[in-house]
Amino acid sequence: MTDKVSILIVDDEESVRDSLYSWFIDDGFHVECAENAKKALSILNETEFDIVLADIKMPGMDGMEMHRRIKALPMAPIVIIMTAFASVDTAVQALKDGAFDYVTKPFDPDDLSHLIRNAATQVALRTENENLKEKITSLVDVEDIIGESEALKKVLSEVESVAQSNSSVIITGESGTGKELVARAIHSNSSRKYFPLICVHCGSLTESLLESELFGHEKGAFTGATFNRKGRFEMADGGTVFLDEIATVSPKMQIELLRVLESKSFVRVGGNKEITSDFRVICATNRDLKSMVANGTFREDLYYRLNVVNIRIPPLRERIEDVSLLINHFIRKYCTSMSRDLISIEPAAMKHLEEFEYPGNVRELENMVERAIVVGNGKVIRLKDLPLGKEVISSSIESLDELEKKHIVKILEKYKWNISRSAKALNVDRATLYNKIRKYELKQE
Amino acid sequence: MEKPKIILISCGLFENDLTGRIEEDISHEFHYPVHLEECNLDLSRFYNPGRRQYNANGILKVLLDVAPREAVKTMGLLRVDLYIPILTYIFGQAALNGNSGIASLYRLRNELYGIQPDNALLIDRFSKVIIHELGHSFGLIHCTYPVCIMRSSTYVEDLDQKEKHFCYNCQAELNRKKQLGL
Ligand SMILES: [Zn+2]
Ligand SMILES: [Zn+2]
Repeated sequence: MTDKVSILIVDDEESVRDSLYSWFIDDGFHVECAENAKKALSILNETEFDIVLADIKMPGMDGMEMHRRIKALPMAPIVIIMTAFASVDTAVQALKDGAFDYVTKPFDPDDLSHLIRNAATQVALRTENENLKEKITSLVDVEDIIGESEALKKVLSEVESVAQSNSSVIITGESGTGKELVARAIHSNSSRKYFPLICVHCGSLTESLLESELFGHEKGAFTGATFNRKGRFEMADGGTVFLDEIATVSPKMQIELLRVLESKSFVRVGGNKEITSDFRVICATNRDLKSMVANGTFREDLYYRLNVVNIRIPPLRERIEDVSLLINHFIRKYCTSMSRDLISIEPAAMKHLEEFEYPGNVRELENMVERAIVVGNGKVIRLKDLPLGKEVISSSIESLDELEKKHIVKILEKYKWNISRSAKALNVDRATLYNKIRKYELKQE
Repeated sequence: MEKPKIILISCGLFENDLTGRIEEDISHEFHYPVHLEECNLDLSRFYNPGRRQYNANGILKVLLDVAPREAVKTMGLLRVDLYIPILTYIFGQAALNGNSGIASLYRLRNELYGIQPDNALLIDRFSKVIIHELGHSFGLIHCTYPVCIMRSSTYVEDLDQKEKHFCYNCQAELNRKKQLGL
């Protein structure tokens, strides 16, 4: 989290201070403002700040002079200079004098957020170096990875050890085991966490879509394009690219990927400017890539570039002891999001779920619990709320909407379309029920 | 007293399926009834011909005046290109812990970036911007969880990387803030 990063905004224009104040407050920074350099210096003498964002032109002492004085402070903050287009030359001089970076007014929101993420990363690295000895490692953002089995603990400890490095990672596991959750956990626990995690579902990309999707294009490249389009690699600058279903990529795409991963640079479609992007790669697959290399369907050079670290996620049947924890987690998740009271589960239903095979792994279990909450009585999950055979489950997975619709119709008919009573029986508010009626285009017969 | 609700004020024409879907998404996330009102706000006084954009700060101020009393939060829905003086554009904005916000679908359209129009995707993006800004107005700050709706996104396709929901932590924080507020 960025909550420990502090930032001081120095600008003589009130509207600029106000806008930037709101922007950084949203980001969770500690923010203060000063309307001139003198005030800023006196604040900095009292309190340490991580980042100073200062206008170059101010009445009285200007930003350049202020920067020189800030540099002399014992714990000098990172200084970013704001400038109007006309005075970019002066800003460049500020960079030579050791300013961290500069931005031209008005700012592109994308550039501004990138700049600040860079600065925040810098601040984080600084503090980490200082606290290296007392560093406590505990994973964040792993609330969705549920279980206490040895098999899962092993996965989490691998996440922990790989997160801080920059190595490419391949995550293997059957479908539904939660490969994307593990990718998110690696990203969230790395120094790249302030930057985006960009997911590319390779299985859904045709070769022809690929170029523009991955590399972006210039606004002139297609009729009607008013703005440039960034590709996935460019969006991920500073962050992580997650390539899901990597085994499905075509031979041509494999070559393209290899080239980008080696050079970290590319050209947008219709453009001629070389764009560099600094990203980490995490891949996932449910196939055996090694045997694909052996039979020639996956490039060996690409395989070795991607497979620096391999994390295998066990199927649910290998960690059946986690099922009850998972069930409670999904009950909490869906009851919270449906704004219902927490419900319990009958022992017979629990037993049924613990003895199940789960070809669809955790995702299948999650679907079963969600479905049971929707069709159930709102108090307890009973055996009859669960599908019995495998066939029933796979066909019911897609039709959750259909189930919900049927259930709503049933209740509406039972209460003769009295909305208040039906809403009460369904445990939702009236507006939600009205919205559902509209969504499913329900009408009273 | 009338039951508190979230009020959407549409400035400009929106298709029914769009507003319907958005109302549903919002009530699903916030568990308040959502009510849509139309408003014939004259936007021309907020138009900046030099930038060919509309000043969001000005529009937000006016919306604050027309916000109905029973509204927990009021959101203005627009379809013009919004800016604030220090930024080249914004998708939307709302003050942290404030009562109102605005969002525009102008820059969310695929066509502007030279790709095929996609109405469903457009509605999805608009919903996300609105829920995100409402989140701020309920006091939530940006979240680093990759798919959380409260993750900051400044580029249009960044929005597609997020889910339309709060992550577990933000949901819990939202519930806490809602309880404090009532
Ligand atoms: Zn935000
Ligand atoms: Zn969150």
